[in-house]
Amino acid sequence: MILIAVISLGAIGAIGALFLYAASRKFEVYEDPRIAEVQDILPAANCGGCGYPGCAGFASACVNASSLDGLLCPVGGPALMTRIGTILGMEAGKAEPMVAVVRCNGTCEARPRINKYDGAKTCAIVSALYGGETACAYGCLGYGDCVVSCAFDAIHVNPATGLAEVIEEKCTSCGACVKACPKNIIELRKQGPKSRRVFVSCVNKDKGGPAKKACANACIGCGKCMKECPFEAITLANNLAYIDYTKCRLCRKCVDVCPTGAIHELNFPPKRGGTCS
Amino acid sequence: MLRTFRIGGIHPPENKLSAGKKITPLAIPKQVIIPLGQHIGAPAQAVVKKGDLVKVGTLIAKAGGFVSANIHSSVSGKVNKIDNALDASGYKRMAIYIDVDGDEWEEKIDRSETLIKDCTLSPKEIIDKIAEAGIVGLGGATFPTQVKLMPPPGTKAEILIINAVECEPYLTSDHELMLEKSEEILVGVSLLMKAIEVNKAVIGIENNKPDAIKHLSQLVKSYGNIEIMPLKVQYPQGGEKQLIDAVIRRQVKSGALPISEGAVVQNVGTAYAVYEAVQKNKPLIERVVTVTGKAVPAPGNFLVRVGTPISQVIEAAGGIPENTGKIIGGGPMMGKALISPEVPVTKGSSGILLLTKEESVRKPIYDCIRCAKCVSICPMGLNPSLLMNVTEYTEWELAEKNYIVDCIECGSCSYTCPANRPLLDYIRIGKGKVMGIIRARKS
Amino acid sequence: MENNYIVSPSPHIHGGDSISKNMYGVLIALIPAFLVSLWFFGLGALIVTAVSVSACMLFEFLIQRFLFKKDPTLWDGSAILTGVLLAFNLPSNLPVWIILIGTLAAIGIGKMSFGGLGNNIFNPALVGRIFLLISFPAQMTTWPVPEALPMTYLDAETGATVLSILKGGSAELPGYVDMLTGHMGGSLGEVSAIALLIGLVYMLLRKIITWHIPVSILGTVLVFTGIMHLVNPVAYANPLVHLLSGGLLLGAIFMATDYVTSPMSKNGMIVYGIGIGILTTVIRLFGSYPEGVSFAIFIMNGLTPLINSYIKPKHFGGK
Repeated sequence: MILIAVISLGAIGAIGALFLYAASRKFEVYEDPRIAEVQDILPAANCGGCGYPGCAGFASACVNASSLDGLLCPVGGPALMTRIGTILGMEAGKAEPMVAVVRCNGTCEARPRINKYDGAKTCAIVSALYGGETACAYGCLGYGDCVVSCAFDAIHVNPATGLAEVIEEKCTSCGACVKACPKNIIELRKQGPKSRRVFVSCVNKDKGGPAKKACANACIGCGKCMKECPFEAITLANNLAYIDYTKCRLCRKCVDVCPTGAIHELNFPPKRGGTCS
Repeated sequence: MLRTFRIGGIHPPENKLSAGKKITPLAIPKQVIIPLGQHIGAPAQAVVKKGDLVKVGTLIAKAGGFVSANIHSSVSGKVNKIDNALDASGYKRMAIYIDVDGDEWEEKIDRSETLIKDCTLSPKEIIDKIAEAGIVGLGGATFPTQVKLMPPPGTKAEILIINAVECEPYLTSDHELMLEKSEEILVGVSLLMKAIEVNKAVIGIENNKPDAIKHLSQLVKSYGNIEIMPLKVQYPQGGEKQLIDAVIRRQVKSGALPISEGAVVQNVGTAYAVYEAVQKNKPLIERVVTVTGKAVPAPGNFLVRVGTPISQVIEAAGGIPENTGKIIGGGPMMGKALISPEVPVTKGSSGILLLTKEESVRKPIYDCIRCAKCVSICPMGLNPSLLMNVTEYTEWELAEKNYIVDCIECGSCSYTCPANRPLLDYIRIGKGKVMGIIRARKS
Repeated sequence: MENNYIVSPSPHIHGGDSISKNMYGVLIALIPAFLVSLWFFGLGALIVTAVSVSACMLFEFLIQRFLFKKDPTLWDGSAILTGVLLAFNLPSNLPVWIILIGTLAAIGIGKMSFGGLGNNIFNPALVGRIFLLISFPAQMTTWPVPEALPMTYLDAETGATVLSILKGGSAELPGYVDMLTGHMGGSLGEVSAIALLIGLVYMLLRKIITWHIPVSILGTVLVFTGIMHLVNPVAYANPLVHLLSGGLLLGAIFMATDYVTSPMSKNGMIVYGIGIGILTTVIRLFGSYPEGVSFAIFIMNGLTPLINSYIKPKHFGGK
């Protein structure tokens, strides 16, 4: 009895194995083994920040590319690209490390609420409905579509200010939040030496009067910063100043002249001399 | 058995508080703000500048494209400025500010009350006059009327359907208009029939307006080829596709226009505006607005000049009550919540509804229990619960496959949901996204 | 700051329907069946129902409060309903500890492990019942004999049910009047056809459920068993006996119509109902278990997502 069971089960197993072997041989798809190798060192976040569908897509793009120029995994940065270059025997392309910057400083105090929103809590729905809870129709809505989009937990809405804030150490500049923000407030900017950056923290295109009325911290498009800038890095369009990060040399003269404090400096050491009390 | 549309539908409390209140002309305000984008399509282009003197009926902005409409001054006075103004869209957009001085009308406008029945104009001339007068669909969609009257090549209108259902709760402006301007409306309907060259028109009226049905049925005998059809009360019967289904038992296919089933639908208010434009040379500068709400002291129907701040219209109904939580431009199902009572009345403002604080607050949201009530009431035969989920997870392909673009945004799903889910909030976003994707694919 | 009006997308009014209204509506519809069970099974019915309901609520509270760490939604009525439905599927002489295991299976495994109300694949009460049926077949298939207001619980006199008689028992079948009123052996809530039908009418009138699921289940069973009866009247019982016996009415009216686990489109509901009807009949006539309603509903619960993705509601302007 036992023997029959063993033999029959063994036979079934053997037939199954043969079938599987035949199938795997017949339907085998050749894949460049380097794709798997590259994919192994990728962060596996599948954020899409590189512009390809997930890490596997990026890996095969790297392997099939003739040079790595223009290919960058924003998560791993240049270090990772160098390692990929070693695997593929190519030079890593040049790419500046970037970071997401939220260009709105319309805090709760600076930008009083003029109505109360009571609907599904997403920025996309609010902005499709109307300008938002404040008189500024350009500013951060604070419902956190960027937070949901971030795969790295690098952006949060600060309940005290009602604004999205980037945690720079975690930000991989994948750009998901830039796409998610319906107000186009978030921008990827050059990380800068020691993460030092100067930027205009406002996207309000209204004229000075209404802009200032809607938000105390708004850029009113006065152009003082533009005149002050020694490097012609600042342009003015639609009542709004913009600092080109490729030209800015971080002299911070614009910061001092801005009448509304719309120009922000980040990560600079506190100014020496002068005691303010 | 009264007819109605055959898929889904709800019956919210009607709350027609202002029914039977006579249309009262509202005092002319000191300043009007006339937005350049009061219709669907391209905004109109201003043809006046600061300091210009205008009369009532003076053209102040020209249609900015094929799908666009002329805009006329609703008051006489001086153009103060052309600047951004907050309007019912919730955003600041271009508008013409006019300081009022007297009430002087353009000479060509016939201001008498005499009814003029005869019209010797050709269809083309009628349509031109309608376009010139800046008439748009007054049911709320504000689609330029002349565009709807010119069927695309290869199609032929067979029947004119007049939308007099007024299925939105609270609103009564069309109802009152039918009682007070019935002859004018019927002449307007005949003019529209002539314009699109059909010999049959049906006026669909919901059965909760028996006085209007009776009144019009008596008058209609002398007009011939116009039929009054009472319909079972069912929301959203005022939806174009729903009304066509109710009246002629034909369902317009997904993505098709009503003309594909031979139907042209016009609102009853539009018919009245057409009468005034064609027979009286009067452009669309004023309209009937219902002011209503449970806490409003004296709900009523008012004849309001376009551009009047809504706050002044509410004032005529007794002012904004203390515990007002929400001001809605339009009805409670499809109207838009307004940020401020200072936005102007536009061509599409059919009503102003004030909800109390208690009525305004949404209830807490729970997980979907898949009760399928939204599915059974959806008048387009969609699955709102599914469409909300695919929008949340940005599955646009699935959304398109499940006909998200067919949604008419009637709000029946959100109204019905026992878990208080914001179904339409999401579906509206998803619909916009998918429509964008489809447009991008076509071009 | 003077006037901060509320802004939200349309619609601005709500019909006032709520989850709890629907749940309590079903509970009200179950009252007639409960009264009948009190009459025929007396104290036992009361104890089993009370234990089941309170245990379901307790487990729901504990899991939501301490595992999910959110405010318990105890009073939306769904846990109470699961408790009542589970009790109605149990014999009235079931020991308390077995009921407790059943409620833990129902709430813990059937409902909360999927994420709570709305996310479960299977009807929680059904999960509890099937769990017990497989684990304690002896206790779950001995039913007390119905009497007028008995005060016995664990020591109740037991007898056979209609379906076990059909499966080869020797006792005589009860008459149709007894089957309609509920004067026969069986689980707490399943015995009285009239009481259950009153519940159905109430739910249809209040629009808590639609006719599609119950009618398609009952219709399929009627047709299927009718054909078998015509083919061989000796081996297969009269279709009316099948309709009125066992848990078919309770299942078709209250268990299969559970919102969460049934299809969303009308046509889907009919397919689902026909599936349950066929499976029930197949298990009853050809399977080794005398009763198959719970397994049939359970299997069709599992197929519901598939039905939902293949059978869409009738689309406006579509064929």
